Amino acid sequence: MNMEVKEKTLNKKDKRNNDVLLEVKNLKTYYPIKGGILRRTVAVVKAVDDISFEIKKGETLGLVGESGCGKSTAGRTILRLLDATDGQIIFDGDDITNIRGISLRKVRKDFQMVFQDPYASLNPMMMVGDLISEPIRNFTNKRSKELKPEVMELLTKVGLPEDAYYKYPHEFSGGQRQRIGIARALALKPKLIIADEPVSALDVSVQSQVLNLLKELQDEFDLTFLFIAHDLSVVKHMSDRIGVMYLGGLVEVAEKNSLYAEPLHPYTQALISAIPEPDPRKKKERIILEGDVPSPIDPPKGCTFHPRCAHAKPECQQVKPTLKEVKPGHRVACHLYN
Amino acid sequence: MSVNTQLHKDTPLLEVKNLETAFSIDGQYYNAVDKVSFSVKPRQIVGIVGESGCGKSVMSLSIMKLLPKGIGKIKSGSIQFEGVHLEQMSDKEINSIRGKEIAMIFQEPMTSLNPVFSIGFQIQEVLFNHMKISKKEARLKSIALLKSVGISRPEKIIDEYPHQLSGGMRQRVMIAIAIACQPKLLIADEPTTALDVTVQAQILELLKDIQKVNDMSVILITHDLGVVAEMCDEVIVMYAGKVVEKTDVDTLFHDPKHPYTKLLMGAIPRMDEDVEVLSSIKGIVPSLKNMPKVGCKFAARCPQAMPECTSITPLLAETDEGHEVSCLLYPSSRPREGVQA
Repeated sequence: MNMEVKEKTLNKKDKRNNDVLLEVKNLKTYYPIKGGILRRTVAVVKAVDDISFEIKKGETLGLVGESGCGKSTAGRTILRLLDATDGQIIFDGDDITNIRGISLRKVRKDFQMVFQDPYASLNPMMMVGDLISEPIRNFTNKRSKELKPEVMELLTKVGLPEDAYYKYPHEFSGGQRQRIGIARALALKPKLIIADEPVSALDVSVQSQVLNLLKELQDEFDLTFLFIAHDLSVVKHMSDRIGVMYLGGLVEVAEKNSLYAEPLHPYTQALISAIPEPDPRKKKERIILEGDVPSPIDPPKGCTFHPRCAHAKPECQQVKPTLKEVKPGHRVACHLYN
Repeated sequence: MSVNTQLHKDTPLLEVKNLETAFSIDGQYYNAVDKVSFSVKPRQIVGIVGESGCGKSVMSLSIMKLLPKGIGKIKSGSIQFEGVHLEQMSDKEINSIRGKEIAMIFQEPMTSLNPVFSIGFQIQEVLFNHMKISKKEARLKSIALLKSVGISRPEKIIDEYPHQLSGGMRQRVMIAIAIACQPKLLIADEPTTALDVTVQAQILELLKDIQKVNDMSVILITHDLGVVAEMCDEVIVMYAGKVVEKTDVDTLFHDPKHPYTKLLMGAIPRMDEDVEVLSSIKGIVPSLKNMPKVGCKFAARCPQAMPECTSITPLLAETDEGHEVSCLLYPSSRPREGVQA
């Protein structure tokens, strides 16, 4: 049956994008701010403001940026957990931006999410076995008992003992809980996994266990990842390509080594230089950014980064730069490269 | 460096000896800090690094005598600050040192500032506590302090409340409060963990500047080896309440000796290198209740563990000059007869 479905979707798909799994076009997500007695919308927070990118099958795209840059909102909008204000989300050849009801439910099987906080994302009242089989039960008529062998296999895959089946989330450490979260995400054999800060709540040694596990599983199940994190070194380790976000916009997208070796956008340069390198002999030139990230309710005109940018030109205050390919596979939104 | 300053530099400002801090669980006390010794010299930045639950924060709370009453206590050992025993002081006596001679900044600037008082009030509170100063002077001094921690428009910020400031600004305010009385020692417990990386860079830069200008010593507690490499002179690596390695920062990063330190270094993804698989440490830190009583506490997770690791407790001893390691792989760590672990 699976083969049939696959063939159908293959025919439907545009031949050019044959290997593109997810395409995001000019995506915007605004949060309304309501005020007054009538709760009218008085302003909007432009959490995600016109971003476009694509993810190829089997690839990991990293989204990196500081808090409030819109990376999580972007992830949630793509999963249709939030409604897009404008733009298009094309998943596996189909436009899923506005689908609802049964068609949305069908496509939801294909993308899953791994959340940041392993303590908050698991129901404390549910047994781990039930937690992991829940997504499958949601889409089939099978009962927990029938799914036990499948769940056991998943538990082994993510490196948990089989007796974890009968335990409850509080009996596990943070790293183990994140493994449960990963097993849940894998249960439906999704095509795309969005991992939103999956390791930022974990200690270094446990973080490396989970990162290694995610990589192993990607090879084994042919997974495509959108990996969202604030830690550039973690994102670089996990991703093939990296997109850098600032204040709702995507400022630079490039292959990871190219981004690290030759960051083009002044914000990316500052971000990379700010990471403390675990080597005391390496003294880096550090670019210290002045001030804080401006409010996304009233972002600066033109390039949103210009008030903090050392290379800002008059043009930057007026015209918003668009993402342009400067070198093969390296796109940047900055007036310096026109 | 002249001979004179060298001599001065060698007298420790703070000396912790065989400190044991215990917490009570179900009526029984378990050691969260287990016989830890270290010293901080004037103008030195000492890093304490380790994962959650290794006892690094409990150590700082012990020095400041801020342990939760009835739950945590200093069981034995001594903490000497400029020759004075802090551990024997009464609450009243320690109050004249806390905030004045030794100050502390915490991880989460939102919870450590009082939300119902203005920024100015909270800085002046410290000044009034430790100095004879008029209201007007205190206000002027607060403005100067805010300016010194890099806050623009200090005249305006002084009347604002914590929620009106960003995380980075709040941490700057915390630093201003901490340095208000020009302490000799600043304890910074994960000062940048809650901050974004570009803001972290700003705060680390500020801490370095202030340390130089005020001639302070700093104990920097962190889990981030990058921050350690950047900031510290000396580093103490802790695991499960014990010091496993202690040396200067360059040696630690280029010649780590303890298996735990080595694994920790390999576990962080690096910007400048590409590795396919990160080194990971199997298992987790044992809980306080289940901590092994004898032997090395890391033995159960150590890839180089030998049979005797679970029966002989290694000593923290010098392998090279200035490099102390607590591991049976090194002969110096083997307890000799008559020497107690």
